[in-house]
Amino acid sequence: MSKSVKLRGLLILLCLGIALVSLVPSFSREGLPEWWRSAFDPIHLGLDLQGGIHLVLGVEVEEAVKSRLDSIVDQTENLLREKDIVYKRVDRESGDRIVVTVYDADAGHQVDALMEEQFRTLEPMTLAGEGGYIRKNYRLSDKEIANIKDYAVRQALETLRNRVDEFGVSEPVLQRQSDNRILIQLPGVKDPQRAIALLGKTARLEFKMVAEDANPGEAVKGNLQPGTELLYEKRVDRRAGTSTEIPLVVFDKTVLTGDLLSDAQVRIDTRFNEPYVAIDFNALGAKRFDQITAANVGKRMAIILDDTVYSAPVIRERISGGSAQISGGFTEQQATDLAIVLRAGSLPAPVKILENRTVGPSLGKDSIDRGIISVIIGGFLVVLAMLIYYRMSGLIANVALALNLIFILAILTLFKATLTLPGIAGIVLTVGMAVDANVLIFERIREELRLGKTAKIAVEVGYSKAFVTIIDANVTTLIAALVLFQFGTGPVKGFAVTLSIGILASMFTAIFVTRMIFDLILERRQTKGLSI
Amino acid sequence: MQLIRSDININFVGRRKVAISLSLLVIIIGILSLLIKGGPNYGIDFSGGTLVQVKISQPTSSGDIKGALAGVDLGGVVVQQFGDDAQEFLIRLQGTSGELGGLSQVILGALEKKYGPDTVDVRRTEMVGPQVGKDLREKGLMAIVYAMIGILAYVTWRFEFKFAIGAILALVHDVLITLGVFSIFNKEIDLPIIAAFLAIIGYSLNDTIIVYDRIRENRGKESKEGFSGIINRSINETLSRTILTSGTTLLVILALFVFGGGVIHNFAFALLIGVIVGTYSSIFVASPLLIFWDERKGGKPAVVAEKRSS
Repeated sequence: MSKSVKLRGLLILLCLGIALVSLVPSFSREGLPEWWRSAFDPIHLGLDLQGGIHLVLGVEVEEAVKSRLDSIVDQTENLLREKDIVYKRVDRESGDRIVVTVYDADAGHQVDALMEEQFRTLEPMTLAGEGGYIRKNYRLSDKEIANIKDYAVRQALETLRNRVDEFGVSEPVLQRQSDNRILIQLPGVKDPQRAIALLGKTARLEFKMVAEDANPGEAVKGNLQPGTELLYEKRVDRRAGTSTEIPLVVFDKTVLTGDLLSDAQVRIDTRFNEPYVAIDFNALGAKRFDQITAANVGKRMAIILDDTVYSAPVIRERISGGSAQISGGFTEQQATDLAIVLRAGSLPAPVKILENRTVGPSLGKDSIDRGIISVIIGGFLVVLAMLIYYRMSGLIANVALALNLIFILAILTLFKATLTLPGIAGIVLTVGMAVDANVLIFERIREELRLGKTAKIAVEVGYSKAFVTIIDANVTTLIAALVLFQFGTGPVKGFAVTLSIGILASMFTAIFVTRMIFDLILERRQTKGLSI
Repeated sequence: MQLIRSDININFVGRRKVAISLSLLVIIIGILSLLIKGGPNYGIDFSGGTLVQVKISQPTSSGDIKGALAGVDLGGVVVQQFGDDAQEFLIRLQGTSGELGGLSQVILGALEKKYGPDTVDVRRTEMVGPQVGKDLREKGLMAIVYAMIGILAYVTWRFEFKFAIGAILALVHDVLITLGVFSIFNKEIDLPIIAAFLAIIGYSLNDTIIVYDRIRENRGKESKEGFSGIINRSINETLSRTILTSGTTLLVILALFVFGGGVIHNFAFALLIGVIVGTYSSIFVASPLLIFWDERKGGKPAVVAEKRSS
């Protein structure tokens, strides 16, 4: 054996060795030493193969801007009262404006000064008189609005990550996509509906005082007193399996929010054997809760989650321990999920599902089985065709094809790429196209043999002439595959990945490996003929 | 073994007018079908909508499922059997819902009412909002355009501009015909089909490049046969390879088409059409186009100085 053949042979064996070592953990993890298992993960399967959820959530950032303005309105009112500035009202108008209405110019100047000092992000706008009042307009600067939106998405991402962690999913993907979109991928989730409900819940917990003297019946007809709002209390009768909604009028001022929680846990009420969620406030929350309950003994306080009243208990006495409970006829799972979202924090703005692709695990299993069957049958047909058409040389091409498959899988493992269903199709397609390089070479060799050249020279010339063609042809396919990789999402990207890897691996196996085998054979047997 | 005799000499170039007419005819039929049906039949990836795949533990029919869903207000519902056994069905809705419960729960509820609890397995749910659908459609189109530009640049660099034009026209030809066939057979265009289109582009180009490569090589040799003669000889010399590679590729695509299962079925169908059309186009369209180009440029027998970049 010549030195060159030996070296090339060694290189190929080395590659094959690495490929096999990296692939073993994908097929059996039992009885392997620890270092082996930890060094090479099994082939990572896409959501369409192992089942799971792919969600794109849109954060309604406009809502975050609105709620920021609402809180500025609240703070302004408190400040005006504190400073004894006489004002008529403070409102949020047409989405992004705050209007403070005062009676005279003097108060107007005081308001301007106060707003300038307290809210640096507000821009004063034109003054407009209105029947003896002075309306001072303020709006958030565009930069500040952009900041609020950006922060809302970042915070939503953080909260969602917390929820996913609490929910317990291995290898979740959470990414901010464009502007206000968040991509979430949860592989292998068994109860997708529950996971989606858990992620999508805004979980804004608020405490508001019930407006006892308001008549809910009138409120339903649309007669609401200023400063109050109509909400519905959901009452669940678990034995009858029914739920009813009871109208309830509350003051729209939020006395306390869930931001001040320190913990939330599921407990079981021993009297009714019903689960409830026990919440603990942090120091600030406990202090506020103490003040509120002290000032409102005998009145009812509504516990509101996402605009639905869960319960509205009467405050019997001052509560200073900083804990409360939310009950509402929950099942144990509902209580658990509520505790999770309360612990993970609320979303800064509601989210909408823009895209949802959920694959059950049973379907994924079917897809894998069918994919493997197609690879085997397709591969078998190609191997057979090559054997019949090119005999000995066909066998060499088939060896290269087998190596090609092993290398594709090994590279997928080594680069931790994801195998998807279209990815399997990509492998199948590569099998068909990989032999192309060998067909090109063999046809060239046949041409050269017909011209009467010896086997050795024909092989030499055949390879060198076909080489340029193979490169040109494969580069163009690679261009298409790379574009696809850039553009594609999830499963489609998987196709681009296996196609690209397949093309690159096939250039190695179909050119380098087969050439080495030819050289080896021609060297050993000084034959003139060649079985091709 | 040999399928194509080595001394084969079919006059492909001589029949180029017939071939181009045939291609145009097929393209026009496809475009007519697209026009009559008001554009491509987009799947939910591009049009937005909801798709739910259910498996029911007893055999039933799509009519029965439609009946079970009649009670709930879902908008336009299409129910289709999925695969061979009458247990698995695809339910398509035009509507989408950003709400948490989603439409799949509504469907599950309605079906369990009819078939009994725990008899219905929701195997797959896909919901694409209208905005996302529009984004994906634009991205899909851009992907194909970018791929074409990239290829145009590469082929111009490696060969000549007119070769690039020929190659791109052949690609447009292949994609248009595949699109037309999809429209005629009422097949849906969704994300994997865009992947298939790009694979077709890559494959067809592969074929074309191999013939072009031979033309480039043969042009370097002394010959009296003129440009069209060189082209014809090059097509014939590579014919054996073209047929064999297309054959092996078609074998595996057929395997995918038959055994790959429902999700892969349409994808394999696109590839099947694409590879057949792509093979045809690299023989009858891409190379003869070079002659049309030369004839338009004043009919001079083009033996332009070869651009060697290899």
